[in-house]
Amino acid sequence: MDYAAVVALQILSGVATLVIVSLGLAVVFGMMRVINLAHGEFLMLGGYTAVLAYGRGVNLWIALLILPPVVVGIVGVVVERLLIRRLYGRMVDTMLATWGLSLALIGGVTMLFGNSVTGVSAPLGSFIIGRFHVSVYDLFLMLAAVVLSVAVWAVLKFTPAGLLARGTMQNAEMASALGVAPDRVYAVTFAAGAALSGLAGGLIAPISGVVPTMGTAYIAKAFITVITGGAAMLTGTLTASGLLGTVLTSFTFLTTPVFGEVALLIVAIVLLRLLPRGITGRFLRRAL
Amino acid sequence: MIAVDDLVSGYGRIGVLDGISLTVASGECVGILGHNGMGKSTLLRTITGLIPAWRGHVTLDGAKLDRMASHQRARAGIGYVPQGRQIFPGLSVRENLHFGALAKKLPRDAAEAEALEEFPELKRLLDRPGGALSGGEQQLLALARALTGQPKLLLLDEPTEGIQPSIVQAMIERIGDLRRRRGIAVLLVEQNLDFIRGLADRVLMIHRGRILRELDRAAIADPSLEQEFIGAGPQTTTSH
Repeated sequence: MDYAAVVALQILSGVATLVIVSLGLAVVFGMMRVINLAHGEFLMLGGYTAVLAYGRGVNLWIALLILPPVVVGIVGVVVERLLIRRLYGRMVDTMLATWGLSLALIGGVTMLFGNSVTGVSAPLGSFIIGRFHVSVYDLFLMLAAVVLSVAVWAVLKFTPAGLLARGTMQNAEMASALGVAPDRVYAVTFAAGAALSGLAGGLIAPISGVVPTMGTAYIAKAFITVITGGAAMLTGTLTASGLLGTVLTSFTFLTTPVFGEVALLIVAIVLLRLLPRGITGRFLRRAL
Repeated sequence: MIAVDDLVSGYGRIGVLDGISLTVASGECVGILGHNGMGKSTLLRTITGLIPAWRGHVTLDGAKLDRMASHQRARAGIGYVPQGRQIFPGLSVRENLHFGALAKKLPRDAAEAEALEEFPELKRLLDRPGGALSGGEQQLLALARALTGQPKLLLLDEPTEGIQPSIVQAMIERIGDLRRRRGIAVLLVEQNLDFIRGLADRVLMIHRGRILRELDRAAIADPSLEQEFIGAGPQTTTSH
């Protein structure tokens, strides 16, 4: 019984992590049809921001939750200006350019901070279920995934900026004929996506360790989640994370983490063979 | 109000408009009549800035629009109801209305109230997705959405296309009423002669990207126009 509860918690925390690391990519892909292959490095920059700030005596929660999205959001503004803006509508070119950016970021950070693992230890301690210790930070991550999803949904659904963004996503030409500057919407969206990626980096820093190449461990999973989710960015990310996170964590428990990732990939491939446009390409199409 | 002077534009390297000049005064409705592929929609899209002009000028209330992007022209006072209506399918009717106002930084609640006063039939549809509306309902919504932005000039591209006659009559009354009350200028592209007769103060015949001639109200009402337009017009077969 205790074991079942612990496994259930681990599955939920696996799903939550997937939601957290995918959301920034999903927002940018869902709104702009841009696949940002430097998304993993945005996470990494968020992680470094958290570790460096904490190391300099900044309050832990500010270092984890406030500074990473601010810093990476600013990086996002710069990247959009210099790179993404010039490549709108050219998906493959954008993927190449952002892949190049990811290599440059890994190289740059390695040069500055060295190729060693740093990190912050998980705050909040642990509690006990039967014979098992469970980290409270895992529960915090679940809460964070819920809060982030609700926040993204609320911004899109209830704020003027969210409405303009959704309309522009559906028909950019008509939006501009009504008075919205699509460039502006895209710039803000990309910066918001980058900020979400940075926040994700801060959130996972205590559980993953921070190293220049940490992004590569997450970009594949995030990418698969977003593609499996399909066009509706929030519903897609949540359903795909729920499914893939469960598969990943269950197989990791039954076998090894390597087989967990293999199982995730197989499920994603089968799913995309059956639903080429992703889960929300078929179901819940009008959802956000 | 609006002055178009020697406008030339097209798609890629293919010219469509070949030097169009026209004016529409405040509260006036000018119709554009012509066969398919003669440049009617291209003219409206060039005025909105969705297609760049190769040459010529567009002036609205004395302000030159030539160097403005389409969203700036919209803010300068151009309202556009495109062919096919282009309702945001995933936004509710209410959100479509709000969009028109918010796009120009106008308060959305006042815009919604005014739109519902002018188009009461939208009231019961407010929470439906725009994509679930019938053609006629979408047309009313597209018109209402353009008006929430408080335009000075309304560009209408074949508003009666695929719409039942009863709604066509209602639209003639509605648009006529708007002109009188708000003083909006209307530039109307239409194939439906009855609709043009019901609204336009004068009509410009467009052919191969040029204005062939101008008809006044008496000439529009003349039944022989039907013959000429539908039968042996200047050119009945087009390559587009």
